[in-house]
Order: sequence, then structure tokens, then C-alpha cells
Amino acid sequence: MLKVLLYFLIGVLPLCYMAFYIGSKKAKKGEAALGERFHSRPGHYGWFTVIWMAVPSLVISFIFTLLGSSKVFIVPASMRLSTVLVLAAFGLWFALRKINPSLRARNFIEQTIKVALITASLVSIITTIGIVFSILFEAMHFFSKVPIWDFITGTEWSPDTAFLEGAGRDGSEAAKAQFGSLPIFSGTFIITIIALLVAVPIGLFSAIFMSEYASNRVRGMVKPILEILAGIPTVVYGFFAAITVSPLVVRTAEAMGLQADYTNALSPGLVMGIMIIPFVSSLSDDVINAIPQNMREGSLALGMTRSETMKHVLLPAALPGIISAVLLALSRAIGETMIVVMAAGLQPNLTWNPLEGMTTVTVRIVDALTGDQSFDSLETLSAFGLGFVLLIVTLILNIVSSIVIRKFRKQYV
Amino acid sequence: MDKEKRRQQRINRRYRGETIFRACSMMAIVVAAAFLIFFLVDIIRTGYTAFQQTEINVDVVYNQDTVDFPQTAVPDELSDLVSRGFLRLIPNQVEADPELMGTTQNMWILAEAEVDQYIKGKPNKLDEEEIAVVEKLRAEGKIKKFFNKGFFTNGDSKLPEMAGLKSAVIGTLYVLMLTMMFSIPVGVMTAIYLEEFASDNWLTRIIEVNINNLAAIPSIIFGLLGLAIFINIFGVPRSSALAGGLTLSLMTLPVIIISTRASLRSVPDTIRQGAQGVGASPWQVVWHHILPLSLPGIMTGSIIGLAHAMGETAPLLIVGMLAYIPSAPTSITEAATVLPAQIYTWSSDSLRAYTERTALGIIVLLSILLMLNAVAVVLRNKYERKW
Repeated sequence: MLKVLLYFLIGVLPLCYMAFYIGSKKAKKGEAALGERFHSRPGHYGWFTVIWMAVPSLVISFIFTLLGSSKVFIVPASMRLSTVLVLAAFGLWFALRKINPSLRARNFIEQTIKVALITASLVSIITTIGIVFSILFEAMHFFSKVPIWDFITGTEWSPDTAFLEGAGRDGSEAAKAQFGSLPIFSGTFIITIIALLVAVPIGLFSAIFMSEYASNRVRGMVKPILEILAGIPTVVYGFFAAITVSPLVVRTAEAMGLQADYTNALSPGLVMGIMIIPFVSSLSDDVINAIPQNMREGSLALGMTRSETMKHVLLPAALPGIISAVLLALSRAIGETMIVVMAAGLQPNLTWNPLEGMTTVTVRIVDALTGDQSFDSLETLSAFGLGFVLLIVTLILNIVSSIVIRKFRKQYV
Repeated sequence: MDKEKRRQQRINRRYRGETIFRACSMMAIVVAAAFLIFFLVDIIRTGYTAFQQTEINVDVVYNQDTVDFPQTAVPDELSDLVSRGFLRLIPNQVEADPELMGTTQNMWILAEAEVDQYIKGKPNKLDEEEIAVVEKLRAEGKIKKFFNKGFFTNGDSKLPEMAGLKSAVIGTLYVLMLTMMFSIPVGVMTAIYLEEFASDNWLTRIIEVNINNLAAIPSIIFGLLGLAIFINIFGVPRSSALAGGLTLSLMTLPVIIISTRASLRSVPDTIRQGAQGVGASPWQVVWHHILPLSLPGIMTGSIIGLAHAMGETAPLLIVGMLAYIPSAPTSITEAATVLPAQIYTWSSDSLRAYTERTALGIIVLLSILLMLNAVAVVLRNKYERKW
């Protein structure tokens, strides 16, 4: 890391400076000799030279690095260095030869910068493609070994024996690994529902309070409190859920004569609900504020109280926005990892009782990928199968949510 | 008259409804605030005791026997009460300072974690005999709590009394530095392209939709990406700061793009038109005028994005950053761990003595995050211009 930085500082930067100096000097000399101005300022010609010298060689060395680290083709170091140097020298020579009064160096620089900006914005697209394909590829690998129908409808998730098969001791004596994901999805579903039951009422009422009842001063105090809730790292929530909330739930359940596990679904659900309050409240607050003032005033002028205005006029109008806020919170809750990893169980459990331990998709992914399994084992692949489902579900939720809110915006804003 | 009374009743009922509704909405805020206070108090109450660590005043004998069998260096009844971590180092100490050989030093050394828990009045596994010894030491003033310096100068350890945050802090610095170096330039460049250069065509629209979707993808999915692409295809070492930093920078990218775009958009068009009017090229408009004016906003957004990345754990677990790292990494390709991952590792340890350390780690993490956010807010309030 430091070495790369050092090479850059003592190798590339002085060379660039040199190219800049030579290029601009040539332009200046040319202007003086010709007695008239070139198309662009001398500095532009300097940059022109730098671009021609540095960009091709940097690009090629980046490609070499990628090829080398992905083990496709390892270019020997001497060849790398010589290729890069030859390319740089050629670029310098070419650029200097091209400098003449009618060369549009400034336009060339603008174009180069634009290409660089476009390249940068393609990174986000490449990321998405990378996500989709890497997960899709591994997931297909998984589904080619485990029938997709068994995956969706099976109720038994026991990947532990998968490694036995991998080790060559297959089948007959060891129990066969089973990948029925139903109990995992049911666990995710129940914990998410608990979270929403906490977050939606509290978040919605907070939004109503902030947009309708709070004075500016109170609003300025309350908003940061909600924002802090969103800023706390999830690992901290997870610790709190496991160390404080879980024993509390168990003791409360005992006091009521019920039996609760320490890995019950209730405590991560509750804490996750608190975590997603801000997602519900801030978007709902925005949406309620975006409703035109004259609707509010019209209703109040008819003699409605503020709460009636809210219930009969503002909330129906804001409903699409609120739904989209809830969907976003839902997708956040489904994808939430640390709270459930630390406070929910590891064992898939098909039950409706939130006091029993159950597991979620994200817990199984973490569990499968942090063990000692080799990368192509069936258990590791199962994590990608689950991740694929998770990705699809959250993407759908997000797209639906953005469509709904766009409709709302079209209507009122 | 009857009608009038009914009307009054109805109005009263409606006013009651109003009061209830209002009370409900205030309750929501109160619940959220109460949770926050309960949460913070609980973490601080669990963690503040770890600021101090128990030490015992012992005569340590340095001779050939104790170098060979470090347990014999301290009086017999104390050998289980002082930290094994200290005893293990006796040969090294002698090697570093040969003059110690054959002397007896009176010094304060770390107590075993269970003793520490006992002194702090927490559940512990000491038996009757050991408690008697500890009480005797306490009466003689030979057992005391000192400021827990080791927590900030040691790396992780299998012995709770020796475990510290140093390697995690350094790992976090590495990861954040990489995240910053990658995601801020790329994010700002993307935002500049989308705001200032792009015409409204299919490519631009795809990029925009894409960024919004990326921002909503669960963080654990980025971990899967890091594992499949960076580690498996490009051979980045598993659990290295490089793998973590690259993964996190892809995750932070949308946050930085979105906030940078917002601050670029807040610069009024008259600035652009003015610059273009005196002959500036599109890039000169951006570089000389728009960027300097929106810099505070960009910095605020970047700091918030980095704070977010700093608290992230799930993708880092997937790329293997929950390794046991006793000494700080010295390069980005070495195995490293970060603060949240360290908190996770400690919290999943079965030894009770780790609990207070976990909570103290959380206090440290939350303080750093609070500081970062405070810097962001100050930057915004001080430098951001309203047009």
C-alpha cells in the first residue's frame, strides 16, 4: 500500500511534471516564434502531453494488475515495466509531435475528463452487474444440486452433513443434507412482522407529531433523537438485544407463566423495530409535509379538529408515501443481519410462537460463510441460494416502493 | 335544548378524540426517547467498569527456575490469581533486560479476569479458598483497581484481562482509509457527471435507477459480492483490510453519490451561467466554481457515509474479518479486524469477563461515531451557504 503510494510519488508524479513542463514550454516557444497565439493556453498543451504520456500506461498497468491478481495471465515484472515505459515514451513523443497552433488541446482535455467521469459512473453499474452475476452464478450452482422445489417447500434444513459428502464419505451411512428453506423464511417473516408492529405505529405517530403538533423548537430537538436511532451500528443493537432485552423477555414470560428461549424471536424483533423507526418516520414526515397546505387549511376551515384533519384528509392523501416508507423499512428489516445473528437462534424452527428460538435468512448466510467449509461445499453454496432470494425480495420491495412514491409525487408535488 | 346538549356532547367527544390522538403522537416520541436513554444507560452501566482493571502487588522472582516454569515466579497461592499473560512473558522480560536475572521485583501486575470480576462485584468463578486470599490481599491494600491502559494499547487476547482494542482500531483505520480513497473520488466523479454533464438519455437513467437500488440492497449482499468477486476471482487475501475496504467502498458509494448530487444541485444556476459567460469550458465551470462552492456539502456527506461504513459489520464478517488478531496489522493485505467485528467476537465469547469489555468497546465506537457526526454537523453549519 505505502509502497504503491511511494512508487507513485517518486515515479509517476515527477514524470508527469516533466511532461507538463516540456509540453507547455513547446507551446510557449511556438507562440513566441510564430508571433501569434495557439488555439489553447500553453498550460493546456502541458496537460495534453501529460494525458498522452500517463493515461495509456496507467491503464495498461492497471489491466496487468487485474489479470495478474485474477490469475488469468501473470505478466512478468520486467515485461510490465518495459511495456509501461515504452508506452509512456511513445505517448510523450506522439503528443509533442502533435502540438501545433491549430491543435485544440482544451477540447481534448474536456473530452478526456468527460470520459473519466463516465468511467467512474459506470463503476456503480459494474457493481450491480457483479452482485447479480456473482450471486446468480453461485445460486444456480446450488440449485443444480438441490431441486428448487425442495428448497422452497422443504421444512427440514440440515446442511451439517453436507461436508461429509464433500469429503467423499457420501450417502449411505451419513444422513443426507437437506435444504428445505421454509422454516428459515418463516423465521425471517415472524421477526420482520414483530419489527414492523413496533416501528410502524411509533414511526407514524412520530411523523404526525413532528409535522402537525411540534413547534419548530421541539422539532429541532426530536428529529436528532430519531436520527441517532438510525445511526447506531447494528452490532451495538445486537449486543443490546442479546444481553439486555433477551433476559428481560425471558423473565417477563416466566412471570406470565410462559416458557421462552434465550434466543427467542421477540427480542431481536423488538430491537429491530426500534432501529427502523427512523426509516418510517422521516419519509412519512416528508410526505405529510409535501401535501399542499390548502388541503390542510380547507379541512380546518370546515371546523375539523387537527386529528380529524389528519385522519380524514392528510393520511389518505399521504397513504402512498406512507406505504412506500413501510416497504422500505420492511426491506431494511429483512436484510438486517447483526441483530439477528447475535440475538436470534441458529436452529431453523417452523413455529408461530415468537417466544421460541428461530433463525433467519441472514443468520444462515453468515453461519454458512464464517465456518470452515471450503468454498465449493454445498453449505457455502446454500448461502448464495439464500442471498439470491434475499436480493430478489429486497429489490422488488424497493422498486415497488419507488413506483408508489413516484405516483404520489406526481399527484401533489 | 336537547339538541343543543347533544351538539355539545358531540363536540366534547371530538375534542377528547383530539386530545387522545395528540397524546398518542407524543407517546411515540416519548417511547423512542425512553428507549434511547434506557439503551445508552444500559450500555454505559455495563461498560464503565472496564475503564479500570484490577492489579495485584506481588514480589516477582526472576531466576533460572522461574524462567523455565513461570508459575513459580510468584507466591504459590497467587499463581492462579495473577494473569497468565504476565507470567508467560517472564522469559521475554529476562531476555530483554538480563539484569533482572536473580533479582526479586515488587510490582503491580494484572490480576486474572475472574479476580477482576470479583473485585468489581460481578458474577465470577472464584472458589472459597481463592476468595479468602483475595480478601486478605484487599485488607493489606495489595489489590487495587487502576486505569485500564491495556484496553487501548493491547490487541485482542484469549485472556479477557489482556484483551484490548488496539489492533481493531488500526484495522478500522486501514479499512476506512481504503474506503475513503476509493469511494470518495469515484462517488464525487459520478455525481459530477450525472449533475453537470449527462444529458437525459438511457445511460443516465439506468445509472440513476441503479444507484437508488444499490442504496437499498442489504449490506450482507455486498459481503457476498466481496467474497465471490474480490476474494475468489481477484485473489485478494481473505480477512485482509483490502478485501474489507473494497467491499465497504462499494457499499458507501451510493451514499456519497446521493449526498454529493444534492450539494451540487444546491449551487444556483447563475454561477454556472456567469462562468460560461466569461468563456469557461464545462470542466472549468465545475473545477473553478461549482466544486469549491459545494465542497462543504460533499465533505459532510462523505463523513456521514464513512461513519456509516465504520459501524458496518455484516459484509465484513462475510469477507472473513472476524479473525482473531492479537497484534495490529502492518499492511493492507494482512489479516485484520475492525471495531464492530471485534465487538461481535467479544460478545459471542462465553467468558463473562468479556461482556464489560464489549460494552466499553461499544462506548468507544459510539463516541467516535458521535464525534464524526458532530464534525459533519459543524462543517455543514459553518460553511454551507444558503443561496
